[in-house]
Amino acid sequence: MGAEHLTKSGPAVEDVPRLAAKGIAVGYGGRTVIDGLDVTVPPGLITTIIGPNGCGKSTLLRTLTRLLKPTAGAVVLDGEDIVKLRTRDVARKLGLLPQAPVAPEGLTVADLVARGRHPHQSWLRQWSSDDVSVVERALAMTGVSDLADRPVDSLSGGQRQRVWISMTLAQGTDLLLLDEPTTYLDLAHAIDVLDLVDDLHESGRTVVMVLHDLNLATRYSDNLVVMRDGSILAQGHPRDVITADLLHEAFGLRAKVIDDPVGGRPLIVPIGRTHVQIN
Amino acid sequence: MTPGVRLGQVSFVWRPWMVCVTLLLAAATFLVFCLSIGIGDFPIGLSRVIATILGRGEQVDEFVIMDLRMPRALAGLLVGIALGVSGAITQSVARNPLASPDILGITGGASATAVFLVTVSGGAATAVVSTVGLSAAALVGGLGTGLLVYFLAWRRGVDGFRLILIGISVTAVMEAITTWLLTKADIRDVARAQVWLVGSLDNRSWDEVRVVFWCTLVLMVVVAAVAFQFKPLHLGDEVAAGLGVRFSGVRAVLLLCAVLLAAAAVSAAGPVPFVALVAPQVAMRLVRYPTPPLVASGLVGALLLIGADLTARSALPVTLPVGVVTAAIGGPFLVYLLVRANLR
Repeated sequence: MGAEHLTKSGPAVEDVPRLAAKGIAVGYGGRTVIDGLDVTVPPGLITTIIGPNGCGKSTLLRTLTRLLKPTAGAVVLDGEDIVKLRTRDVARKLGLLPQAPVAPEGLTVADLVARGRHPHQSWLRQWSSDDVSVVERALAMTGVSDLADRPVDSLSGGQRQRVWISMTLAQGTDLLLLDEPTTYLDLAHAIDVLDLVDDLHESGRTVVMVLHDLNLATRYSDNLVVMRDGSILAQGHPRDVITADLLHEAFGLRAKVIDDPVGGRPLIVPIGRTHVQIN
Repeated sequence: MTPGVRLGQVSFVWRPWMVCVTLLLAAATFLVFCLSIGIGDFPIGLSRVIATILGRGEQVDEFVIMDLRMPRALAGLLVGIALGVSGAITQSVARNPLASPDILGITGGASATAVFLVTVSGGAATAVVSTVGLSAAALVGGLGTGLLVYFLAWRRGVDGFRLILIGISVTAVMEAITTWLLTKADIRDVARAQVWLVGSLDNRSWDEVRVVFWCTLVLMVVVAAVAFQFKPLHLGDEVAAGLGVRFSGVRAVLLLCAVLLAAAAVSAAGPVPFVALVAPQVAMRLVRYPTPPLVASGLVGALLLIGADLTARSALPVTLPVGVVTAAIGGPFLVYLLVRANLR
């Protein structure tokens, strides 16, 4: 069962990590959230960071994307310290979708996705034929070509999230970092967005995301990073990582872990205080 | 799909509507500018005004136009452009249509400084006015207050909402100081201060126009250079950072330009109200673009200011300062914006 991720990752993937954090410490104004954390992002896989509220998952993701600067240690992108790279060069290698982004009222889908080309443009070269074709492909890949002329704020939550992912794709990076891409979405739309993320992974991209829903994380990731209190508790394929003991240790959650009848992955069934028939 | 236009190595997004409307606005601004020069106690026809501006006019016209009327018209044009662009920048940076130099303390600070210098006569105040002039002193006051608001709003970067709240608070303090100075001042000084407080283009000299001209020109060059980095900022700080923009640096430069533009405008014409607030919003709707367009905002600002001045001088039975007319147009427009937001 542990061999599944080896076959799934495919043959074309090199095993050199492109993104890694080495001994990083991060905090906000004197309060340390993460202290001395190491993590590598395996290439060609979907890595999902999970953990209880306030454990530092978003902080870790934000540090990996250079939104936050570590006070100690370093984040290494393609062999170089990310802090020393130019912001623009980082943006050409790494696409970032923050949590719940908001587009200006009235901005059309095509215009929003087109802004994903910014790292490849300059004052004089603001819109080339390259940009046109990349944006068209990004729209098609996320299934929002038909919405191109609609204002982003007129779309449903699920469509909107597809459009934002499309903008990140237009950036043309094969490394995507998504901070809670399913926030505020109902289950059907969450599945829809995660299927899209899986398509992107299938086409060769490396994805790192933060998710709240444990069962969705288990279903859609090849590599789980479980955090608690700013450090990593466990890491690996969901089949190897998700156990009742770990869930109790990380979340203080009593749960049963059974086989997911659909996906062949673990399925977490929480045991609450009430409405429980068997124990 | 978004079409593009290419000239050698240079390429831009082609937005026909935006380009046409902007050109029309430029033409309209020029027309109103010429009209404002032509209309007066000694009326001059439009063709003679244009001929004189192009340097092929008669000598009589040349004196009236170039020496008497041009400074006022140019001051109106430049102050309008400066206020419009300044408003477009502050509204974009704060991602809020209410953020304008009026609210960010610049106007309030300039007014308080000017009123202080006018009403507290004697000693140092008189010396300041006689050496640098009231306009320059007001410019420094507006600039100082704008920077104060900016630094008070700073907390690991500038958040739009915080900027507006602090701007409103500082403006309130400045207005309180202004009112207090006016209540205890000599009645003749109060009258002089009131004229300045409403905002007026009366009796502009070439010297004052020169100051606002160079300020506006230099600042517009800086804004144009940074404008490309500016677009992703509309999507929020984190998205902008993800797209390779060093947002805190870009925003600091732009806000500083906005503060300087507004301060220069206020020093030349007094605190003309509402132009900076209204112009970007009108421009957005005219060019049908979701964020305040810089060039069109400047043109609408100029059109509004010259138009208001023209109305104040000629269409109304009594001659009014320009600020009264812009407030009369701007007030209802602000209400319209708010009501429209409520109905959504």
